[in-house]
Amino acid sequence: MSSELTQRTRKALTSALASVIAIVLALIVGGIVMRLAGNNAIDAYRALFNGAFEDKRAIGETTVYSAPLILGGLAFAIASRAGMFNIGIEGQLVMGGFASALLGAWDLGLPSALYLPLCLIAAAVAGGIWGLIPGILRAKTGAHEVISTIMLNYIAFRIITYLVQKQSSWLPVDPERQATNRIVDAAKLPRLLDGTRMHAGIIVAIAAAVILWIVLYKTTFGFRVRTVGLSQGAASYGGIKWGATIMIAMAISGALAGLAGAGEALGLNYRHTTVPPGYGYTAIAVGLVGQNNPLGVILSGFLFGILSAGAPNMQSEAGVSKEIISVLQGLIILAIAAVAVFDHLPALRRRAASAAGTKPRTDSAAA
Amino acid sequence: MGDFFTLALLTAILRMTTPLLYTALGGLLSERSGVANIGLEGMMLTGAFFAVAGTYWSGSPWVGLLLAIFSAGAAAAIHAVWCIRFRANQIVAGTAINLIAGGLTAFLVQVVWGQAGGSASVERLPRLTSGISFLVPIAFLLVPVVHIFLFRTKPGLHVMASGEHPQAAESVGINVNRMRYASVIAGGMLAGMGGAFLSIGDLSYFTLDMTAGRGFIALAAVIFGGWLPFGALGATLLFGAAQAVQIQAQVTSGFPISSDFLVALPYILTLIAITGLVRSSNSPAGLGKHPDGH
Repeated sequence: MSSELTQRTRKALTSALASVIAIVLALIVGGIVMRLAGNNAIDAYRALFNGAFEDKRAIGETTVYSAPLILGGLAFAIASRAGMFNIGIEGQLVMGGFASALLGAWDLGLPSALYLPLCLIAAAVAGGIWGLIPGILRAKTGAHEVISTIMLNYIAFRIITYLVQKQSSWLPVDPERQATNRIVDAAKLPRLLDGTRMHAGIIVAIAAAVILWIVLYKTTFGFRVRTVGLSQGAASYGGIKWGATIMIAMAISGALAGLAGAGEALGLNYRHTTVPPGYGYTAIAVGLVGQNNPLGVILSGFLFGILSAGAPNMQSEAGVSKEIISVLQGLIILAIAAVAVFDHLPALRRRAASAAGTKPRTDSAAA
Repeated sequence: MGDFFTLALLTAILRMTTPLLYTALGGLLSERSGVANIGLEGMMLTGAFFAVAGTYWSGSPWVGLLLAIFSAGAAAAIHAVWCIRFRANQIVAGTAINLIAGGLTAFLVQVVWGQAGGSASVERLPRLTSGISFLVPIAFLLVPVVHIFLFRTKPGLHVMASGEHPQAAESVGINVNRMRYASVIAGGMLAGMGGAFLSIGDLSYFTLDMTAGRGFIALAAVIFGGWLPFGALGATLLFGAAQAVQIQAQVTSGFPISSDFLVALPYILTLIAITGLVRSSNSPAGLGKHPDGH
């Protein structure tokens, strides 16, 4: 029992180390890119850090960006744990954001204690349905979720554009603004700190992460999800229903993405605009850096939140285009993927050794 | 309605289809060799940017076209190294390519032209007639070329064997990894031509994210076309026509089909296609598998 625990701890530490190495590598390569473009990378990173931390307002911004990224990262993580690659987070996010803002703009005349939870549930349901569809398609027809989620992203954008532009006669939407109408006060996520934009979305995100961690590691459902993700065959052999498990995991994934959209609509913009925010793709990086562990996702979500919150300051203070942040995000993903190579190293080393005619070194000292 | 289906519409269909066709043929090569490629969007965008940058620096759109091909090939090479050498998840690697391409082109626009949003105007590649770049017929000619290459030549059959059954291919002496590197990089170069068509074939400047999801539509066309060159041609023509009609429908009052539906059509059709309701051909069986079976 205790040896299993230490093994898990060791594994978690190795994963965390891999993430840290990947981030450092990405920052170095990003710095080289800036240097080549004639910028001072040290100044840029300093400005970025200041933009994320220098005062109350900056720290508030960091939480504002971290909230959707943590929720999106969790959405990626739960799907990945079930062996599903959800790149439809963006579509699920906008569906959730749109649903919550529609409901919030309708002015149902409810007190906040009822109205806000109702809007959050609407977001989770809308995002959840949009995540469930690729789950059903995969389980029932074998349609690969990578392709179906990409398609569903674009279909979601179009549905929302259509409803906002063409159905304003009965929906609370504003075609001029390309957005929903402003939500009523009772539907708003409260602001947490005066003089900042920090809103309760960050609390929703952290609470969701803790709950998801408990679900994944302390419940039979979580055990099923992880088993299915490790091996579909072994899961069926052990009597776990693969199809049902991936469908539920995808619905949860979509619901979390939907909540990310709700945070933007109910906590930040007070409406949903038709321009997709792009968090869905960064969420993939957040999940990967967090090693698809909900608690790891909190940390990586904050890391990416820092990058996003500091970026405008990097542009204004150091004169480095804030677009470099996307490059850094991509580099971090590449670095994570490359560092993961070291997982294969024992096998590769053995093969190389046998090819060279020497006796392979045993790597199973732990066993 | 009478003058809706005009020469202008036909021209528009060809213009909309061309970038999709280049990129779809590129994606087809990559996937046929066994490497899934959702980084097409990023490779296309890279090509679109460097086409303009090369033209701007040299004054010649031909240099721009070359730079587009090589830069997108370089992006594809990164994808290939990660997928083949590092055995990274191919979807993860493709996602990274897209993020880096989107960020880097936007970053470089500011570095080169000192403005956000887009490039300065540059010289265009020559045109055959009004509105039709010479890159248009080349795209259509490439369809039989890729078909004959894949199904009638030895290297082409080796590429397909690498994608269908890498272990078996390796056992009969095919260097699977070399086939894959070549296919992914050549595919990236084609995507780069698709991007160059957008920026210096059709228009004469680069704007941020100007591919606007075309790489994903091209990927959808590969799948909808059953991983066959002529299938990809049919799919890109259909998707290109949907875009062209949609643009025309916006300026024609009383057009019976919603333009939003037309824009979504490629995605809806592809979604239906992958559920197996219209079974055309299966994906390469060895997609994402390594030659040693791991």
